[in-house]
Amino acid sequence: MKHLMSPLDFSVEELEKLFTLARDIEKNPAKYAHACDGRILATCFYEPSTRTRLSFESAMLRLGGEVLGFSEAASSSAAKGESVSDTIRIISCYSDICAMRHPKEGAPMVAAEKSGIPVINAGDGGHQHPTQTLTDLLTISTLKGHLDNLTIGLCGDLKFGRTVHSLINALVRYPRIRFVFISPEELRVPDYITDALKEKGIPYEEVIRLENVMPSLDLLYMTRVQKERFFNEEDYVRLKDFYILDTAKMELARPDMLVLHPLPRVNEISVEVDADPRAAYFKQAQYGVYVRMALILTLLEISAA
Amino acid sequence: MLNVGKIEEGFVLDHIKAGKSMDIYEHLQLGKLDCTVAIIKNARSNKMGKKDILKVECDINQLDLDVLAFIDHNITVNVIKDGEIVDKKDLVLPKMIKNVIRCKNPRCITSIEQELPHIFFLADEEKELYRCKYCEEKG
Repeated sequence: MKHLMSPLDFSVEELEKLFTLARDIEKNPAKYAHACDGRILATCFYEPSTRTRLSFESAMLRLGGEVLGFSEAASSSAAKGESVSDTIRIISCYSDICAMRHPKEGAPMVAAEKSGIPVINAGDGGHQHPTQTLTDLLTISTLKGHLDNLTIGLCGDLKFGRTVHSLINALVRYPRIRFVFISPEELRVPDYITDALKEKGIPYEEVIRLENVMPSLDLLYMTRVQKERFFNEEDYVRLKDFYILDTAKMELARPDMLVLHPLPRVNEISVEVDADPRAAYFKQAQYGVYVRMALILTLLEISAA
Repeated sequence: MLNVGKIEEGFVLDHIKAGKSMDIYEHLQLGKLDCTVAIIKNARSNKMGKKDILKVECDINQLDLDVLAFIDHNITVNVIKDGEIVDKKDLVLPKMIKNVIRCKNPRCITSIEQELPHIFFLADEEKELYRCKYCEEKG
């Protein structure tokens, strides 16, 4: 039985298979509309995340399956003090596959160790968010046509932003990738990531100003400064508006540069940028459903053909 | 000068940093073994000034000493058989350590999950770097 804890759980070849399946689902949705008839997805969300949860639920419903679960710890038995290990044992009796989000890092791994069904990490604290990474990779590979030979700018909260950490880890497996990290000093990408890049000989630079690097990017990945990752309100208020992408900055970019964002955005991308054909973040949300459909089928070992 | 007799079979752990012998006693769980253990604290040492020594009389296959490399790789391990030193064991960093150190990341699941062991994997042998199995925080 396979689980998904980190994007690295799948090899590059397995990812390519997953993306091929996701693209087939996009083209032929009817072929997959009953692929999960009689199957149940449990969404165990110990912290609120409407977008990810609904994306999982939409994926299962579009496959003909059904969904149960909870959307915050207060409405689960965690509020009574139940451990993750016990909860997953119970959930395994009620469902066929589980997507778990938890504020504590490593919680889905604890669940996977005790689970009788495949567990998908739907985000664990500031650690990993593999299905967001799969979404990002599918979006890039579909819209760019390849995942290698790219200069990728990552902008905003690079310290706590788990989507950023997961994406970097996944992209380093492709040849000729270059990173540009754009963040304030306080939100720089952690040392263990830059250490790993140095070790692998992958080029990267760290800058503070977005404008200076815009012309060199094939892709700009924007992130939100997340309030829930700060212990201190003052730090959050000081840093939240540090980067705002607007049409003036977009004019500096290449005509084929893509803008991605894991969403939700607050104000780090001006609404006026939405009309720019290079703004791919809403398409990205759509790809998120296709890749989760492909993932559910893969982990449940269901073939729709 | 205090004299502690020779052991017939077991280990002599020498060059332990002064004052650390009880930590090693705990990590090796020597309290659970039915064997003779001599703990020598603050012994005179030309090299270290002061040092601790542990003498453990037991079957030499009974103890997993790899954890010592994680605690202090300067410790020397003499393997004793028939009252003589037959081997000096090279300490190798263990690939995994369990409940030796605790994860300090307040966001880690180990901070709340009942009876979850604190497991660390060797992430970088050169830097002697361990990372938590669950959150990947440095040990």
